[in-house]
Amino acid sequence: MLRASHLNKSYGKQQAVRDVSFALLHGQTLGLIGPNGAGKSTTVSMLCGLLRPDSGEVLLEGVAIGQGSSEVKRQIGLVPQDLALYEDLSARENLKLFGALYGLQGKALRNRCDEVLELTQLSERSKDLIKTFSGGMKRRLNIAAALLHDPQLLILDEPTVGIDPQSRNAIFDSLELLKRQGRSLIYTSHYMEEVERLADHIVVIDHGKVIADESPADLYLRLPAAAALTVDLEAPISAETLALLEARPGVSGVTSTGQHLEIALAKTTDALPVLDWLATQGCRALHFGTAKASLEDVFLTLTGRTLRD
Amino acid sequence: MTALIALIRKDLILFLADRRALLLSLTMPVMLGAFFGYLFGGSGSPDNVKIEIAVVSQDQGEISKKIVAGLKADGSLHVQELALAVAKEQVLKGKLNAAIVIPEGFSDAAGAALFGGRDKPEIPIFYDPSQSAVLGMVKGMLTQQVMQHVSAEMFSGKSGQVFIDQSIERIEASVATDPARTELRDFLKSVRKFQTHNQSPDPATGQAAGSAGLSMPFVTRDQAMSSGPRYNGYAHSFAGMSVQFILFMGLDAGVGILLARRLGLWKRLLAAPISSATILGARALSCALIALGLLAFVYLVGALFFKVSIAGSALGFVGVAVCFALFTAMFGLFVAAFGGTPEATRGLATFATLVMVMLGGSWVPAFLFPQWLQTATLLVPTRWAVDGLEAMTWRGLPLDAALAPIAALLGFSLLFGALALWKFGRDERA
Repeated sequence: MLRASHLNKSYGKQQAVRDVSFALLHGQTLGLIGPNGAGKSTTVSMLCGLLRPDSGEVLLEGVAIGQGSSEVKRQIGLVPQDLALYEDLSARENLKLFGALYGLQGKALRNRCDEVLELTQLSERSKDLIKTFSGGMKRRLNIAAALLHDPQLLILDEPTVGIDPQSRNAIFDSLELLKRQGRSLIYTSHYMEEVERLADHIVVIDHGKVIADESPADLYLRLPAAAALTVDLEAPISAETLALLEARPGVSGVTSTGQHLEIALAKTTDALPVLDWLATQGCRALHFGTAKASLEDVFLTLTGRTLRD
Repeated sequence: MTALIALIRKDLILFLADRRALLLSLTMPVMLGAFFGYLFGGSGSPDNVKIEIAVVSQDQGEISKKIVAGLKADGSLHVQELALAVAKEQVLKGKLNAAIVIPEGFSDAAGAALFGGRDKPEIPIFYDPSQSAVLGMVKGMLTQQVMQHVSAEMFSGKSGQVFIDQSIERIEASVATDPARTELRDFLKSVRKFQTHNQSPDPATGQAAGSAGLSMPFVTRDQAMSSGPRYNGYAHSFAGMSVQFILFMGLDAGVGILLARRLGLWKRLLAAPISSATILGARALSCALIALGLLAFVYLVGALFFKVSIAGSALGFVGVAVCFALFTAMFGLFVAAFGGTPEATRGLATFATLVMVMLGGSWVPAFLFPQWLQTATLLVPTRWAVDGLEAMTWRGLPLDAALAPIAALLGFSLLFGALALWKFGRDERA
């Protein structure tokens, strides 16, 4: 559906985006992740036709996305990172304005306003001024405004920044519904659990470059361990037992600090057999815990630093 | 077209929704216009332009009494008779423009000085240094009264007779030693005959000819040069204040664009399938419509409550108003195009606007400027706006007089608009 090819963009001497390429299929949700300043917003701006790349191109259904009144923009709905709403207008007035920008008018416009207000659960507040809304309601309306013209592709740039978990869940319900309806989404976020929940495909950007472009499952395969088991023992483990543990199937590494063990596992289900085996070796566990690897771990593995560094 | 209308509608709703800003936009030009208009002569009532003075009369002579009466009768003065200390204090506080002190013995001394030319009595005048221009006017009026009444008394009054008789006696005694004084003696004798003639009854009426003295050898006929009813200070100040506050509104519109760019609204607008020219054009049109609305409101209030009328060409007035509204819109775009952060831009643009309205004659009429400044300010767009509005209101000039302001405002609009579009285009391509 959308193909970004060899995008480059510089601001003065600072190169924000370097040879970025990726593709989005119909009905797919693509997660675009990377730390602050990685080039995500610049990339999103080029995808929407807000910025002209220094080189490279963006094709939507085979048509290049240009600036200005490019008709292909009708197929894109943008949810900017900032709340792009007029605070002194009502929710419905805002929607009517943004719908009119896409040529909607009359009954068609009114109907679409009703539909997106329903989708974002804001129908009851449609006549209220935006400045009376909570942060979460504003975020939902921010999304609703991008859906008015029924775009094939919805681009969401950090759509859940600064809102409470309840509002975040409401937004995700709406996005999952859109996904089920077969709409294509590009989603950028700092919150890896959000991207994991939505994305079928993930593009990792760092320092303006694409460093990974794979499905979440393939990304996890890059990790030395998909899960971790931590155990506090009654007594320190012997060197002999430790060597045997490291050789166990499913165990990819062990770190021992006194009575504390950190065991890297291929999968979470390997944890119980390892605990059983430790018991048979006379190593009694006082406490234990397991943790599944996250995209944060993937990013750490790929770049050597965390997303929020 | 749907998008353009929707954007204009949005701007108008937002302008009307901010009640406090709307109230200020409507009332400030009217309030300040009314205040400055009153200072500059109001709607033409002479009461507004009287000079406030005090007279301290320490002399009981006839001449002094007549001088005081003459000053009081002058329509340009508002005269109070006060004690010296009070009068000086009032001038010091700025409550009076000047105080004239007529000293004791002035009547006699002035008569003697008229012919003798020596021992001239002094009339102290205390004046407010911030009103120094008034001093010359007060001196002129005082001179007129003094010359008129001193000469009248000398030529036909009783004290004049006594003075002439005494002078003739004194000169007779000295003619033997100073023959040069013979001519003065002869002149005074002629004056004495003139006095006697004046006091003899007229055979036809049976009454004396009455007093005669020096008087102004002319009278002026003052005619205000305005094709309209008459000068209206409010018409000037309403033009100036409208221009000022409408430009502030234009500035706000420009800063609004900068805020929209910062808040992501600009991104959302540009993400739509419309050109940036449509977005900017809508902003300019809505700004121009608001400017016209504000101007119409201010002049409506001016007409209803301050006797401001379009005494000249109504078409010319509309032309100047429309072109100024257009200029305001382009000024807003210019601010948005070249501004940095909204905060810094607001400060800088406010300063630039104030300079522009000051030089444009919005605060003080441009005709009070030095000649070089009057010429230099032709490069300031606000000067053309104020001049154009004045020409069509109290000056009552025909459409021809509006053509130059219209052309100038259109020219400035094109210049500002072209620069703004060039900058927006360059930023978009970057």
